[in-house]
Amino acid sequence: MADLLLDVQGLDTRFNTQQGVVHAVNSISFGLKEGETLGVVGESGCGKSVTVLSLMRLIPTPPGKIVAGTAKFFGQDLLKMTNEEIRFVRGSQISMVFQDPMTSLNPVLTIGQQLEEPLMLHVGMNRKQALQRSAELLELVGIPKAKDRLGDYPHQFSGGMRQRVMIAMALSCSPQILIADEPTTALDVTIQAQIIELVKRLRDELGMAIIWITHDLGVIAGLADRVLVMYGGYIIEEAPVKELYANPRHPYTLGLIGSLPRVDEKEHTRLASIDGLPPILYEIPKSCPFAPRCKYAVERCWKENPALEPVGVDQEHRIACWVDTKTGRERR
Amino acid sequence: MTTDNVLMQVKDLVKHFPINQGIIIQRQVGAVRAVDGISFDVHKGETLGLVGESGCGKSTTGRTVLQLYRPTSGSVNFDGVDLVALKGDALRKMRRKMQMIFQDPYASLNPRMTISEIIGEPLIVHHVASGKDVEQRVENLLELVGLSPTFANRFPHEFSGGQRQRIGVARALALQPSFIVCDEPISALDVSIQAQVVNLLEELQTQFNLTYLFIAHDLSMVRHISDRVAVMYLGVIVELASRDEIYRSPLHPYTQALLSAVPIPDPFAEAQRKRVILQGDVPTPTNPPSGCRFRTRCPIAQAACAESRPEFRELKPGHFVACHFADQFV
Repeated sequence: MADLLLDVQGLDTRFNTQQGVVHAVNSISFGLKEGETLGVVGESGCGKSVTVLSLMRLIPTPPGKIVAGTAKFFGQDLLKMTNEEIRFVRGSQISMVFQDPMTSLNPVLTIGQQLEEPLMLHVGMNRKQALQRSAELLELVGIPKAKDRLGDYPHQFSGGMRQRVMIAMALSCSPQILIADEPTTALDVTIQAQIIELVKRLRDELGMAIIWITHDLGVIAGLADRVLVMYGGYIIEEAPVKELYANPRHPYTLGLIGSLPRVDEKEHTRLASIDGLPPILYEIPKSCPFAPRCKYAVERCWKENPALEPVGVDQEHRIACWVDTKTGRERR
Repeated sequence: MTTDNVLMQVKDLVKHFPINQGIIIQRQVGAVRAVDGISFDVHKGETLGLVGESGCGKSTTGRTVLQLYRPTSGSVNFDGVDLVALKGDALRKMRRKMQMIFQDPYASLNPRMTISEIIGEPLIVHHVASGKDVEQRVENLLELVGLSPTFANRFPHEFSGGQRQRIGVARALALQPSFIVCDEPISALDVSIQAQVVNLLEELQTQFNLTYLFIAHDLSMVRHISDRVAVMYLGVIVELASRDEIYRSPLHPYTQALLSAVPIPDPFAEAQRKRVILQGDVPTPTNPPSGCRFRTRCPIAQAACAESRPEFRELKPGHFVACHFADQFV
């Protein structure tokens, strides 16, 4: 497709550890359209963070290594760029908000100094302009008395406020893509609601594309246009958000949605838990990585790893599974 | 509700942590008012959910009712005995009946002890069993929580988060308590594992007729597991009612905002919801607002809210709320 802002094909990332080579991300392909919000869901260790860190080339090497794949961004391959080139992309065209706002802000620099840095580096502003713009940015993310707070240090802000500062910093150079890696996981629900509302407003005002990584299927439901579900380093289901929740097809997605209690729960039912544990892949699996925990598994699941393929006629909804969970029989 | 149905009665419980200044001569310059006058009953065999945001005093409440922290004032009546007045041996005897499951399964198990030592320790400390009997009981407990008895001689680091939490549950069950405080037992676990542990807790409750005080910040999970729910804000309980009541018709503006902030895993429901977004952050418990604690963030606050602390009153049968202006929501 021509209108893709970011086109990732066959990304493989490995980590060399003492126990062996961990196959953290395995032949992942996805696209991101302009202005789209893409949700990436999965449990810890499923490779969702490693995927985006690979795109930003922030994987510590060694032990990590991107062994294959391309990531086309405006015709250029992010994975083949020199360090100079990628440094220009990071922060100015693709920027990132991390999970823990305390550890991702520098505790010995003021908020103002940290906000000015990318502006002077990427946009070429002088100190005075950068100061002015920093105050505007803080106002944009809803920090009261923004000008007076530029001289404050991170510890003088609460968790929600720090996350707002992080977002302000990420937006400072008007990026085309904002990558948010579990930005609300460390926050309370009322603060989480504030941040999500803020991101929605900024998305509509600034029109950037967002990749939102989370383990919370609830957050994604209200925010994303399209969702990728990851398991064991593979994308196992991909669908538009409404389709995914109305009509989940992969056994793992079904289990994940079934294991969530809902705050608008009508009656008390036993939660459908998934037995067993997520795998750590020390080698490329010859079977489906979910097969050991799957209650639909048939003989073929143990012999071949299914590829991500469209379900029926709908090209937008794809799953990596041999079984049709609707009938319980093997798909052809 | 008859009184013989009540297992634990908490009255005007207060826990302040002093803030001291000075190196040699220490003076108390203030206090963190973590729990500031709360009262509630826990009924036999029920699960009372305790929800609130971080720093609201829910964990302190859990620890104070168990006398892990001694309260500043107030009383905790358990099975007809006032725990606050007890000391030494008498208190230790009562502890057998009340246990705790902790939040972090990585920090709450001693890494140098084997699983059988961890689960067997309460049995030995309380002189309930010794020698071969301990081994036998540990094996039974492991089976009970869905772990293989062959794990008994392994160390905590060999287990995953969910399995460790099962070990924590087995340890809490060792003395056959009637009351267990579950302090965010699933917050540190992955979604698919959370459901496993919650199902286990529910099964054990039916099997042994356990009473839970279930502390959590995840409102969906609390709705799932609780019979009644208490909502805390800045050291006080603002609302307490049966589960269905509190989720269907919340009376306190804080509860309403809290419920509307919880994301629902359903895009259709999400699109139709009306959100109450609270402004600002929780004030510090060292110097809480006068009158109603919630007034600084409350959408319906009026002048009266700053003057007097709202009474914790029963607006509907079994539905308590601490708000001057909650009547309009009835």
